[in-house]
Amino acid sequence: MSTSGGAAVKAAPWRDPNARPYVQVDGITKSFGDFKAVNDVSLKIYKGEIFCLLGASGCGKTTLLRMLGGFETPSAGKIFIDGEDMSGVPPYERPVNMMFQSYALFPHMNVEQNVAFGLKQDRVPKAEIQERVATMLDLVKLGGFAKRKPHQLSGGQRQRVALARSLVKRPKLLLLDEPLGALDKKLREHTQFELISLQDKLGVTFVVVTHDQEEAMTLASRIGVMNHGEIVQAGTPSEIYEFPSSKFVADFVGSVNMFEGKLIEDEPEYVRIGSDELGGTIYVSHGISAPPEAVVWAAVRPEKIFMSTAPPEGGTDNVVRGAVQDIAYLGDLSIYLVKLPTGKVVRVTQPNTSRHAEAITWDQQVYLSWDATSPVVVTR
Amino acid sequence: MGTAGRLRRFGVTGRGLVVVLPFLWLLLFFVVPFVIVLKISFSDIDLAIPPYKPLLEWVGKNSLAIKLNFNNYAFLFTDRLYINALLNSIKVAFISTVLCLAVGYPMAYGIARAKPATRNLLLLLVILPFWTSLLLRVYAWIGLLKANGVINNVLMRLGLIHDPLTMLYTPFAMYVGIVYSYLPFFILPLYANLEKMDWQLLEAAEDLGCRPWQAFYKITLPLSRNGILAGSMLVFIPAVGEFVIPALLGGPNALMIGRVLWDEFFSNRAWPVASAVAILLLILLVPFMMWYQSVQARESAGAR
Repeated sequence: MSTSGGAAVKAAPWRDPNARPYVQVDGITKSFGDFKAVNDVSLKIYKGEIFCLLGASGCGKTTLLRMLGGFETPSAGKIFIDGEDMSGVPPYERPVNMMFQSYALFPHMNVEQNVAFGLKQDRVPKAEIQERVATMLDLVKLGGFAKRKPHQLSGGQRQRVALARSLVKRPKLLLLDEPLGALDKKLREHTQFELISLQDKLGVTFVVVTHDQEEAMTLASRIGVMNHGEIVQAGTPSEIYEFPSSKFVADFVGSVNMFEGKLIEDEPEYVRIGSDELGGTIYVSHGISAPPEAVVWAAVRPEKIFMSTAPPEGGTDNVVRGAVQDIAYLGDLSIYLVKLPTGKVVRVTQPNTSRHAEAITWDQQVYLSWDATSPVVVTR
Repeated sequence: MGTAGRLRRFGVTGRGLVVVLPFLWLLLFFVVPFVIVLKISFSDIDLAIPPYKPLLEWVGKNSLAIKLNFNNYAFLFTDRLYINALLNSIKVAFISTVLCLAVGYPMAYGIARAKPATRNLLLLLVILPFWTSLLLRVYAWIGLLKANGVINNVLMRLGLIHDPLTMLYTPFAMYVGIVYSYLPFFILPLYANLEKMDWQLLEAAEDLGCRPWQAFYKITLPLSRNGILAGSMLVFIPAVGEFVIPALLGGPNALMIGRVLWDEFFSNRAWPVASAVAILLLILLVPFMMWYQSVQARESAGAR
């Protein structure tokens, strides 16, 4: 699904230990009384990235974004933007602009005045303001709406005014708080791609806060998954999806079948897990680092499970039998809920590649199997 | 068919009654008295009870004469007293409104930005004075402001002054009284306006390069315009005709139109002239009232 993610994605500077981070977050903590909204977060964001902070509501992602913008003062830690320490720098002096979740358009000003506001504040010459505002409005396809007031615009148009207003000052860093949250699904998908091409064109570094994992996957060059004020994993969308480092990440990003078990064989090139929950063994074709006899979880994505009515060929590893309990037909794919003899319900998705496939129906006995490369073993 | 059904046949419905009642109220307690005052303002003064001559008179057998006397109005423009009083009243009301703005805006702003729990307490404190009579509260100010009153005593005890300050029966005391009494009328509509304000707009302004005071000047102030206008009208309109406070606190030379009205009615028993003064005052204030109404309409329509 990760189609893009800005200019930085091709260079992947985060893999280069010598690359200079553009935004550096150093051990940032924000406490509200006893509650730590953000707990000792460190991050490096590189020039031209679209970095997504992904997490459920209350995980601290917005607080972290607001600290980048200067609207909250960190309780501990430091933020550097382009090498400059931002401690004590108020929002109006930061080389940063923010697009607010509510858009926060000034209701008493028309579109043009809204977009020109920041430039006027910086005492940019009048002719230049006019030119830059016009260019920006064309860029977000609002050329004909300059004299409209915000309440005369649709949600999608307001979103684009907010975007134009925050980009027109050419910030070093653009912060976006749930930028597409208020749009309906079709418009959201469309706008995601527009946002990416705009970012590519302007080369501004984006930090996006979202709770929508699909949005994060589409937009991001890298995703930082947040939980309880901490970044639990940061990586490219495919790293996050295919190599989650914990149960939480595996479960939060996409859907997953989690089987609790114990290591019964632990070799450098493979492991075998016995799982009572599954009622069978799981063979994984790579080694893991876990103490012997440790409780581990094997995570298998629903689309990586094969379903067949005849027993698959091969050994007894990675195979289990069950009965179809429920089917959801979604058009492009179908979701099957298969109940194992142990009582565990496994989620399987299958693409509907043929219009006349022999259908698997309710209560049918099926075999579920997966490749030895498919499970991800996590220890926490 | 019940009573309700029978009534409905004559066009009497519950909904109709709901509309008719306020109109009836206005007719009885506003239109009728207004017409009476208007009538008196056109009649001749008379030494009788009531002290004016009727407008309508039977002359001869079948003819009714209406005699409109414009002298009362003309008189208002010949004696400088009335014009001076009127101008002075407008000046006092205007200064009071500006003072209310200066004192009331920070208060309304503070209440609107307070935590919800504190907000209710602060609003209660604003409304609390209404629970006592206005007269009592104005009398209390006499106790505070007089030569051996609370303020002078405290200042002298502290050694800040040696002789008591003359505050009572000065314009200062009058303004204190008016601002004190009308402040809630300014704060409440302004608070209602500020309370609807999206404070994130201020963050957006700061994000775009505004210092906090610039954000206030460019965002909060223009967006609270309707609240300021509503509050100002609610202070200005009644303050023009204010009688009690200047009379009690302002001393003998506080020339206000309300005072003149009182004197004409009760001391001179010149009802026709007094009525003319009242009508003139009303005509002067109607534009302000209409302005206030249109501001209110805009405010409730939500268009800013």
